[in-house]
Amino acid sequence: MLADKDRIFTNLYGLHDWTLAGARTRGDWDGTKAILAKGRDGIIDEIKASSLRGRGGAGFPTGLKWSFMPKESDGRPHYLLVNADEGEPGTCKDRDIIRHDPHKLIEGCLISGFAMAAETGYIYIRGEFHDEANRLEAAIQEARDAGLIGKDSCGSGWKFDLHVHRGAGAYICGEETALIESLEGKKGQPRLKPPFPAASGLYGCPSTVNNVESIAVVPDIMRRGASWFAGLGRENNTGTKLFCISGHVNKPCNVEEEMSIPLRELIDKHAGGVRGGWDNLLAVIPGGSSVACLPETICNDILMDFDSLKDAQSGLGTAAVIVMDKSTDIVRAITRLAKFYKHESCGQCTPCREGTGWMWRVMERLSEGAASIEEIDMLDEVTRQVEGHTICALGDAAAWPIQGLIRHFRPELERRILDRQVSGPAVAAE
Amino acid sequence: MSEVFEFTGENLAQAKDFVARYPEGRQRSAVMPLLDLAQRQNGGWLPDGAVGTIAEMLDMAPIRVLEVATFYSMYKRSPVGKHQINVCTTTPCWLRGSDEVVGACRNALGVGIGETTRDGEFTLGEVECLGACVNAPVVQVDDDYYEDVDARSMADIIEALKRGTRPPPGSQTGRQTSAPEGGPLTLTGEAAKPAGKKASKKDDAVEGSEAEASEAEATDAEAGEAVEPETVETEAVEIELETEVEAVETETEATETEATETEATETEATDLEAGETEAVEADDDEAAGDKLRPEKE
Repeated sequence: MLADKDRIFTNLYGLHDWTLAGARTRGDWDGTKAILAKGRDGIIDEIKASSLRGRGGAGFPTGLKWSFMPKESDGRPHYLLVNADEGEPGTCKDRDIIRHDPHKLIEGCLISGFAMAAETGYIYIRGEFHDEANRLEAAIQEARDAGLIGKDSCGSGWKFDLHVHRGAGAYICGEETALIESLEGKKGQPRLKPPFPAASGLYGCPSTVNNVESIAVVPDIMRRGASWFAGLGRENNTGTKLFCISGHVNKPCNVEEEMSIPLRELIDKHAGGVRGGWDNLLAVIPGGSSVACLPETICNDILMDFDSLKDAQSGLGTAAVIVMDKSTDIVRAITRLAKFYKHESCGQCTPCREGTGWMWRVMERLSEGAASIEEIDMLDEVTRQVEGHTICALGDAAAWPIQGLIRHFRPELERRILDRQVSGPAVAAE
Repeated sequence: MSEVFEFTGENLAQAKDFVARYPEGRQRSAVMPLLDLAQRQNGGWLPDGAVGTIAEMLDMAPIRVLEVATFYSMYKRSPVGKHQINVCTTTPCWLRGSDEVVGACRNALGVGIGETTRDGEFTLGEVECLGACVNAPVVQVDDDYYEDVDARSMADIIEALKRGTRPPPGSQTGRQTSAPEGGPLTLTGEAAKPAGKKASKKDDAVEGSEAEASEAEATDAEAGEAVEPETVETEAVEIELETEVEAVETETEATETEATETEATETEATDLEAGETEAVEADDDEAAGDKLRPEKE
């Protein structure tokens, strides 16, 4: 188990004072001026050396992402955009950072903003996080009042200000270019890339969008050193990670653990084990709703990191572990996710707009067994026609859970169809 | 646009503060906070007049404001109840019994999803993932999250709301936020003090109610004391708890008309679809939105 001394989010559960005074006792804002004195390249090199990969789902190397920002400004301002539009089903880690450790995020914003020459940052927080947004605004004001950010941030001479922008209930705004559109006062519909945000993002200016957790771990990496962070986990899968363990476990919880921890250890040590014991496990969705579920056989010895889960045709995603025991109607569980994506599709691309609805309707029938065996293959085929054929990854995210279900639970789908043919009501046409 | 909508003086000042968060000429970025502000002022929904007023304030074409108002599920385009009860039914909450929670709401309110009670007090909604999944099932009542809810506690919450009181938000089983039941298994070193059940429930109340830094600082400090089992007796904690509830209720008066998330009515679902269709038809006049500054600048 990760030692407490290696934990970054020491107020994860909100047992302590979240304010600036409390944050300082936990080491936040300690020597920030000296960190900034390392210079832009110094900071980016340190983050690169830590092998930090983005915590929002895609796992892109954070330091490399920052290095895409122009070295010299052509007169356009640069923007740091923090993605706090946490809405991936199963995920609730950024909420804890914002309400319990807001100063880690704010200090991280200053350091990363400085590293990419951004004098302004916006934190895009989902609208439902009403109290959390209030707290974040209060914490930002504290930092301003204390001179930690502002005209002369921490006495470094660097000008930096930070604002909160509240969303209004659209999962798609967690996609970086949809987030930018929304921040510009438009519908949250993703943009075609290229141009990438680092070349032309918010207001057509160089911008970088990072997840809350990615930014909030930056001050600790800078203070403790890249080698400390890189020493945790496995090569290319380094550091600590906030895991959200939900569903059929005895004690659902959030916990900060070492990257690459075995899934079974994570569930047993921190979440009180699977309800009814490990043998009662049916499947786990290991990285939020967008990744494929894994059957119990794979869960036995899989490691929780980017590469390990990718090899298993799933993904670490946001590290939201959704556990399902043997009582679960897994077809229903995935059908509910299909409905989620249908609801959240922005409607811009035809394969996604029409495909998410189509997939959901077929899944509804499959959960009742009201389909033919061939339709399982047809559904699989349709997911592959949606996947990779849309502007953003929401189409992919809608396709993958269904592909995972067919890959690992096809016998269950077939059983329902056959049962219904034998004993159930007549198959109703849609 | 039909009836006229005007921001109150206080809200107008707040609106100008929102606009000032964005660079000169980019006032359009403030459309979302302004729509939210208008909705809160108007009892939880957005009349056409508000769309027109905001379009004028931000120098946007009204259709550009309208399509934002119809795209995002937290904006309501038709009247809603005084309280909006939104049950999350996405998979993590469903696995933990959100169907029973929805059932308890239907029973207690006598309405279905998307409907408003006859007395205009409650609108029942079903929402997608609220982002508090380790405390599932989660229910949002106006701005507050109620977590670890079951059919019984849901019924209790609604009964309390009917009586005009507001139960403390947060975990309904007394858990310390997202820590495992029974208390944290990590961060248990000297820095972390054990949290008693009472104390953690109180802390949850703080979580949901406080808005200002100074206020929260004070209450957090109290919570810090309360978790010291040897210094605080249960009674004392309970008294603090009651005080907290009062504070929550007072604040509720100001916020009870506020709006929250998603499709409260069938009509709105249609609205959203209509909004998406409009996107295809509407011609692109975004440049118009950028050319002028708001009046106050």
